Amino acid sequence: MAASGTFALWAWLAPGLAFLLLGLVYPLRRSGKPAAGVSIVFSAGALLAAVSAWRATVPEVARRTLWEWIPVEDGVLTSVGVLADADSTLMLILVALVSFLVQVYSVGYLAEEPPASLGRYYAYQSLFAFSMMGLVVAPNFVQLFICWELVGLCSYLLIGYWYARPEAARAAVKAFWITKAGDVFFLIGIVMLWSRTGTFDFSELFEMAQGGSEVLAGLGLVTFFIYLGAAGKSAQFPFHVWLPDAMEGPTPVSALIHAATMVTAGVYLLFRTAFLFERTPDVLTAVGWIGAFTALLAATLACVQHDIKRVLAYSTVSQLGYMMTAIGAGFAGAGFLHLLTHGVFKALLFLAAGAVIHAIGSNDIFGMGGLARRMPQTVAVFLIGTLSLAGIPFFAGFFSKEEILGAAWVGGLTVPFVMLVLTALLTAFYMFRVVFIAFLGEPAAVPDHAGDRDAPGGHAHDAPASMTVPLWILAALAMVIGIWVAVWRPETEFKPPFWLTPLAVLVAIGGIALAWLVYGLRVISPEWLFRRLSVIGEAAVERFWLDDLFALIYRQGILALARVTGWVDRYIVDGVLNALSAWTLTLGDRLRRIQSGQAQDYVYGIALGVLLLMVWMRWPR
Amino acid sequence: MTLQAYLTLAAVLFCIGLFGVITRRNTIGILLGIELMLNAVNINLVAFARFLGDVSGMVFTVFTISITVAEVALGLALVILIFRIRRTAVADHLDLLKG
Repeated sequence: MAASGTFALWAWLAPGLAFLLLGLVYPLRRSGKPAAGVSIVFSAGALLAAVSAWRATVPEVARRTLWEWIPVEDGVLTSVGVLADADSTLMLILVALVSFLVQVYSVGYLAEEPPASLGRYYAYQSLFAFSMMGLVVAPNFVQLFICWELVGLCSYLLIGYWYARPEAARAAVKAFWITKAGDVFFLIGIVMLWSRTGTFDFSELFEMAQGGSEVLAGLGLVTFFIYLGAAGKSAQFPFHVWLPDAMEGPTPVSALIHAATMVTAGVYLLFRTAFLFERTPDVLTAVGWIGAFTALLAATLACVQHDIKRVLAYSTVSQLGYMMTAIGAGFAGAGFLHLLTHGVFKALLFLAAGAVIHAIGSNDIFGMGGLARRMPQTVAVFLIGTLSLAGIPFFAGFFSKEEILGAAWVGGLTVPFVMLVLTALLTAFYMFRVVFIAFLGEPAAVPDHAGDRDAPGGHAHDAPASMTVPLWILAALAMVIGIWVAVWRPETEFKPPFWLTPLAVLVAIGGIALAWLVYGLRVISPEWLFRRLSVIGEAAVERFWLDDLFALIYRQGILALARVTGWVDRYIVDGVLNALSAWTLTLGDRLRRIQSGQAQDYVYGIALGVLLLMVWMRWPR
Repeated sequence: MTLQAYLTLAAVLFCIGLFGVITRRNTIGILLGIELMLNAVNINLVAFARFLGDVSGMVFTVFTISITVAEVALGLALVILIFRIRRTAVADHLDLLKG
């Protein structure tokens, strides 16, 4: 069991070493390709260590403490180290795998970047992998929170990788601000929990929960605050607005951070602390409802997007809502399973979309069309990802999605269950909308941004091997992992109703059929459909005005606060100081006048003083 | 003649000297005023020596007179220097120390 902890520790520290190397050795970082090589080698090592850690896990929990931190009178307050069990090492593999594949893929995707900024990119990538793995293996809330903030920082840096573009810079700031709003609550929740129980440690808290300790009673506010932190990170309503804008970053970054790993950190946190949430059923119910609502809302939004990455981003929000619903229903395991499968096939979808964008130079699906003939490999893997996301049997998404639907039903969340089924329909619809518009159908007049080495139009082709190999690995996983999960974990925590599987399949096929009718055969015109659903459609185009609301809150609220603070600072704080200094100046100016420079005046003063002293001495008392 | 008479004379002389120091505009006049004040002190010293029968007061006076001579010589030299540099010997114009 110690072996598992050691391997996990190595998996965690390897990207950290790569980051230190790239960060400190200036010529290496500026060199571009060699920097990428260093980062990739270390992340391959991390992947191997993560797999070894997972293979070495035993039912007991393995711990390795690096050092003890924050000493207080009786012992230490917290420690830094790893907590390796079957779940955390599995998550570790996901992070290491996607991180490794994305780094390999980026070599091709960012081939035309200048070497210096490529080195910067890989330094960020290594830092992200380090922080994310630290989050996954964190044995206590303190290390988790620190890594939580670090991944937020990496997300900010990587969204703003092309910082010269104003949209990217703005999106980076938006993501940072909105997730930070949740993080503040998370921190408050952690501190409240500590003041109640006196520990940050997961194992100790778990033992308290097992022992039915009294101190864990009435934790509603604490878990709700922790949930708010998770909601910010995992883009739950109403914090979901940052994720679609985060697509301004390079596509591999979107695949790694904003689809597979960082945004699932919130789900992972809730999964990790499920034993606390079980104590507060009210909060869990809220988690489930908000999750289902988020899933439905994001799915409707995804149906009207023109940007392929934004469709995928809203789809990610929607799927995160799914996971949250499963956790809210009390079956965190189902949510975690979907987290893993979703991580694989959503990374695949993003990377495939990235290959398309790389070839065409545009994100607009209406600018694509007929790509199936020109980029057969890319389209094939995209289709695998899409089928998996839509929940077609034997693809990865099918098993986990059905488990979530079952969890919602068995957990008694009937209305959220209906919302999720509706979402499943929409999911199949919007994904195949992309497939029919962008990949099948007639080739559109492709605008040529990719370079002028080819004649405009019709030059799109499959990406180089460094990009297609990761795609095929992920595609293979997306096909195999579901079956493997079904075999490996045959007994579920609950018994889903018999009609669930046919319903899920039917809904998925229904969504595909609808997309086929609308965008494939064009039997139903999209405009007619849009007009029929005008209210929802209009609202969805405007993103339900939520982005505007956030902008209003941040802009008006914070600006008003800033104005008040500015006024107080200018007129009260500065005012007092200015008055004091002005008085000092005036007084000094007055006093200056008595220094006339005339020796006679001084003599006169002395004589007068002596006279006054003599009078005072002789004054009758 | 009583001691009081001498002391009164000295006090009057001192006050006249002080008045001169404070009011004269010419630097040389100020020096003369200082001379008067010093001589008032000398009268005091001599008067006390005479009435108390102690010679040391008179000896002290001799010292005072010689130092006064030196002071006048130095003072006049300074006045001449100032006049050469500033082209004036009027005290009102010598206000470099003005704040």
